[in-house]
Amino acid sequence: MDLRSYATDGYWDELFDDSLGPRPGAEQLVRRLAAFSHGELAARQRAADKALLTMGITFNVYGHEAGTEKIWPFDIVPRVIDANEWTRIERGLKQRIHALNLFIDDVYNGRRIVRDGIVPDWLVDSGKCFRGPCSGLTPPRGVWCHITGTDLVRGGDGCMYVLEDNLRTPSGVSYVLENREVMKRTFPQLFEGQRVSPVENYPEKLLAMLEYVAPPQARNPTVVVLTPGIYNSAYFEHSFLARQMGVELVQGSDLVVLDRKVFMRTTQGLERVDVIYRRIDDDFLDPDVFRPDSVVGVPGLMEAYRAGNVALVNAPGTGIADDKAVYAYVPQIIRYYLGEDAILPNVPTYVCGEPDQCQHVLSKLDELVVKPANESGGYGIVLGPRATRQQLDECRDRIKANPRNFVAQPMLSLSRVPTVVGDSLEGRHVDLRPFILYGEEIFVLPGGLTRVALVKGSLVVNSSQGGGSKDTWVVHPSGAESAPPAT
Amino acid sequence: MLSRVADSVYWMNRQIERAENVARAVETTLGLALEGTVDPGRLWNALVCASGDQADFWARHGLADQARVFEFLAFDPDNPNSIYCCLQAARENARTVRDMISSPMWEEINKCYLFVRGASAVRADFADPREFLDEVKRASQLIAGATDATMSHGESWHFARMGRLLERADKTSRFLDVEHFFGGAQGGGRDPVQWSAVLGSASALEMYRKQYGAVSRRDAVEFLVLDRAFPRAMHFCLIKGEESLLAITGGTKGTYSTPAEQQLGRLRATLDYAGIDEILGGQLPAGTPAAPAGLHVWIDAFQSRLNAANDALHDTFFALRPAGTLVEAG
Repeated sequence: MDLRSYATDGYWDELFDDSLGPRPGAEQLVRRLAAFSHGELAARQRAADKALLTMGITFNVYGHEAGTEKIWPFDIVPRVIDANEWTRIERGLKQRIHALNLFIDDVYNGRRIVRDGIVPDWLVDSGKCFRGPCSGLTPPRGVWCHITGTDLVRGGDGCMYVLEDNLRTPSGVSYVLENREVMKRTFPQLFEGQRVSPVENYPEKLLAMLEYVAPPQARNPTVVVLTPGIYNSAYFEHSFLARQMGVELVQGSDLVVLDRKVFMRTTQGLERVDVIYRRIDDDFLDPDVFRPDSVVGVPGLMEAYRAGNVALVNAPGTGIADDKAVYAYVPQIIRYYLGEDAILPNVPTYVCGEPDQCQHVLSKLDELVVKPANESGGYGIVLGPRATRQQLDECRDRIKANPRNFVAQPMLSLSRVPTVVGDSLEGRHVDLRPFILYGEEIFVLPGGLTRVALVKGSLVVNSSQGGGSKDTWVVHPSGAESAPPAT
Repeated sequence: MLSRVADSVYWMNRQIERAENVARAVETTLGLALEGTVDPGRLWNALVCASGDQADFWARHGLADQARVFEFLAFDPDNPNSIYCCLQAARENARTVRDMISSPMWEEINKCYLFVRGASAVRADFADPREFLDEVKRASQLIAGATDATMSHGESWHFARMGRLLERADKTSRFLDVEHFFGGAQGGGRDPVQWSAVLGSASALEMYRKQYGAVSRRDAVEFLVLDRAFPRAMHFCLIKGEESLLAITGGTKGTYSTPAEQQLGRLRATLDYAGIDEILGGQLPAGTPAAPAGLHVWIDAFQSRLNAANDALHDTFFALRPAGTLVEAG
């Protein structure tokens, strides 16, 4: 295949430098791609699509007819991260999660950071995801954010920035594992002679973490995954993780709380549950405490949790650190708790809850990206430079009506990765979501989920809005002494 | 295991078995229609009646002919017992218990559903529907094979087997009942060609011949109802279904501690001691010559009792009871 016709178009490309030479770590991959015969790329892509369909790897799209399943598009050209760079990213993520966990604990216990004037008190109290019923609580082992999926992007300057912290119920890790599986099934040659960090041990790490955070009195803890059901957009992942860990996948109606203890209904009677990896938002967990109209939750669950009889993962209340206005303060939060500078920088962010910053945002709306502080899945984002006059006016009105609920950032020029279009390659924008587990120690899954905006020129990578994904390789230089640990 | 999961595993297997049996029944009718001894309209009407969904069919489609009945039984999205709907429901159930079943099982179920969905999209082009029906049967058997070979034979496997076997017992009884809807035995029900076809729907012809030789109504009914060794015979289905039930409850044959054991055990015991003459004679006093209506009456009673056993299973294992009435296991 002739790679000379490939164009980086002035963007930072993850595989090629500006003169179309391979970046560190990508040398082998580029050599192999160049050796492909005509038609081979398209054929491999078709084989991968078929494998995904047969394996039933799907997600549901809301707003379409109930339960519409879609295959999440997968692109067979992997994204490569050099091991040296990965080491720095890994350190940065561990530092960030460590500090955010301390922050959440502080928010619900004493608020030292507010008293010391590092973050304003309105920021915490007005947070949509602040949960009053969690005040005064300390979860087992002091861990709040057990599972995080931090979104990273690389800008035109080649620097990796943190774009969002997802500390509630981040999804996507199942695709990391399944993408690797599909790559191995359909494209085994690409791996030959490469040292790619394995990702397959994630389920064991996850289970070990879940057992570690069980209430201390549970000797042989029973772990379950709690799902809202098959019509949830991430149901595939819920069942995937339960299956990989060998634990029960339960729905709210399967659980019952008696005497502040949680049980599941089985064919043989009731069985005690010690740890719940819940994939249900705080709001819906327990109709007695949060939204009374929730039908997917378990009445009495929070009382059992407060009594220390069950562990909830992630702990209720972590969403406060997920707030995009709080995000703007994370560099200060890291400095405050750890006395260190942030290793991974934030994207510069204007908090509309601060009047002078809000003024700046309103005057530069057509240059900035405006985001609601508490939405996920990419909903409600306005890209200033690409918005119509009317969209900008509506956006301005929304900000004025509720400034606390918005932040704004400069438009980033996201990096690109070569992506299959027909039988050739074109650059498409990507982001990266590494997954971090906080148990006995902090573990970062090598690589993570690379999401790709498959539409030419698009910057939207969300699965619900036309995004796809790629396998992500952390590539080690070949040489025995630098081999990745074989865990 | 979770009650909800047991329910889904049980029904997933019933639905797959149901799809397979619909395919078998349609295939047999296609064959009989080719023979030309019975008016095809009557054949197709009998098939709809034996399925039990005749009221719905007549209301929406009117007169029975091959095209309409095939459409109704194979693809009709509004007929919950069509092959398409059964497999869609089975796959939906498989998705809810995806964590309990093996990947080979899931992949076979998924492929089978995708195949039927694809076929339903291009159905105007069907040259020979038999190819389609064969594929449905083959897929069902692949799923059964994957279930036996890749899933631990523990509690959920026993629920799966019970689902398969109870559905099969019901469907075999319906194959036997088709003659009633032709207009009774006078309508050609004693014809060995037709009884060969009935045996054929259950893939039973070869095994039957090894035991009985020539095909007769009396022997065919005896084989499909009372045989203890043929896997599509009703007696076999109940014996093995009860074995699975007892493996789940830890109970002993001949005693019971749940409504499910009571109902299923009693029905199985009826077949243990039933004679072919009383089956063909229905509830008529002994000594009366076998009347054609007898078999239909007996089958009707069997089907209601099988339904009662199914309801008892539901109450024993699947029903969600209010929190106060629950007890801790062990």
